Amino acid sequence: MLKLLLYTLILIMMPVPFGTRNKGDFSIYSQENSKIIKQKPLRKKQISDEGKNLYLKNCMSCHQSDGSGVPGMYPPLQKSNWVNSDKTILIKIMLNGLQGEIKVNGETYIQSMPSHKYLTDSQIAEVLSFVRKNFGNNADSVSAEEVTALRRQKSK
Amino acid sequence: MKNNTILQREGFGTYITFLSIFLLVIVQCNPSKVPDNAVNGGLTLPPGFSAQVFAESTGRGRHIVVNDNGDIYISLARLKDGNGIVALRDTNKDGKADIIKYFGTFYGTGIGIYNGYLYFGGDTIVVRYKLRPDQLLPDPNYEVIAKGFHINYQHSAKSITFDNNGYMYVNVGSPSNACQSQDRTPNVPGMDPCPQLKDFAGIWRFYANKENQDQMKEGFRFATGLRNCVALRWNPVVNQLYAVQMGRDQLHQLWPELYTEDEGVNLPAEEFLIIKEGGDYGWPYCYYDNKQNKLLLAPEYGGDGKKVGRCSDKGQPIMAFPAHYAPDDLWFYTGSQFPAKYKDGAFIAFHGSWNRAPQLQKGYNVVFVPFKGDKPSGNWEVFADGFAGVKEIRSPRDAKYRPCGLAQGPDGSLYVVEDNTGRIWKITYNK
Repeated sequence: MLKLLLYTLILIMMPVPFGTRNKGDFSIYSQENSKIIKQKPLRKKQISDEGKNLYLKNCMSCHQSDGSGVPGMYPPLQKSNWVNSDKTILIKIMLNGLQGEIKVNGETYIQSMPSHKYLTDSQIAEVLSFVRKNFGNNADSVSAEEVTALRRQKSK
Repeated sequence: MKNNTILQREGFGTYITFLSIFLLVIVQCNPSKVPDNAVNGGLTLPPGFSAQVFAESTGRGRHIVVNDNGDIYISLARLKDGNGIVALRDTNKDGKADIIKYFGTFYGTGIGIYNGYLYFGGDTIVVRYKLRPDQLLPDPNYEVIAKGFHINYQHSAKSITFDNNGYMYVNVGSPSNACQSQDRTPNVPGMDPCPQLKDFAGIWRFYANKENQDQMKEGFRFATGLRNCVALRWNPVVNQLYAVQMGRDQLHQLWPELYTEDEGVNLPAEEFLIIKEGGDYGWPYCYYDNKQNKLLLAPEYGGDGKKVGRCSDKGQPIMAFPAHYAPDDLWFYTGSQFPAKYKDGAFIAFHGSWNRAPQLQKGYNVVFVPFKGDKPSGNWEVFADGFAGVKEIRSPRDAKYRPCGLAQGPDGSLYVVEDNTGRIWKITYNK
């Protein structure tokens, strides 16, 4: 009986970390380098400093500290069907930018994204790996070689 | 021994129970959930004012217009079930829409009533529908008034307004942030001269009653150097065109050696402008620094946060608002329901920032600017607030509502529409 109660309670608790969108949870801004208050730092193993720093410099202003994007303008990276799928698509978006209508997590976006080909292959790999492991995403990392291959393919 | 175990288990059970209740309470108290029956529809207003929710969940409502008979039309940013315009009527005059209908082929922002027609500004076309006496829905056959606008992947909103001389004015926003040869790319200079100014980044004027005018043929570039003026309105009292321009983005991210994070967050101003025929307001070469109170040369054109250069002879704002607040509509209040200080003054709807990250996002309100003649007669003040439903907005997605459109009813009430869900508020003064 107690066991049953326990399971029920655990089930009730389940939606708390996963179901409600508590924005702070996905934020990569920790206390010391932000003027923003109460944001959870990531678990250590999730942090790639290089990837995180690149994200803050090159992606955060549009996709936001917590990867939630801007409604109607910039798509979210949080638990995104794009971020967690084929990495070659993501590499190509970084290299070429993106224009036209896309659907992310059921919502339509038409704002353009500029090319980030000014980043090196290893920088693109780092930042994509970071995004694919954070903001509620869980996909494998991207290597510099994979970026190099696609950049070459493009310049041919 | 056994008792002990049960006790321990019960202790654990109690702990779990309290923890669950505690967590449930946190979820329940999530401040982003404004109860639908909240006082004033969740808004805070000056004393004597109250608001009620006129309609809910109408779609992504952008701009709003009220007909002489009180019928309301709003434009949608995306089609809802294939329709881009919402028509609403309050038959029993209880301040809530009781008939809501959808029509219209295009999605977009601009909407207005002129000469018995409902005009709609789609992202690449302006059309009009003939209004029919006593009927909420107009004739479904539309006429094309202005066309040939390029597809824009940013700043595509075609807001519209009419003067009393037979002209319609259309915002044609810039297709880039600052006319860099590679848009929004760090340390890349601007194209000089900026080729985008020919077809974009200005206000175009058309004949309100003439069909099939092409932007680049029959259209007249009334003013230039305007990055994006979704908030565009003819002032019927002084017979002049006004706009609130959205200032450029990302000074820090694009020029990290010239601008600190704080400067990127707090610069440049959103500019309140009188739009004069032939006027040049400086984009992409200039931005307005709201600390130094002057137009400065943009870093894409050799600026460093101090140089003025070619910006000295560009059109200056009549008022500067904080950076990145994103003005989406402007309304001059001509009613007599509100107290005297509001007469002929300007209401501005700020959609709210995204470009203040990683710092807190701001705006998400409706402000008021008192006017005397054709200029502000005092400082701006927040008129309606609380749209976001949270105290601190870390990311725009935290905000429950984002005010976008303003219009005045025949009784002098002020309507506000927002574009997350299409909630519409009717604001009245009750003494």
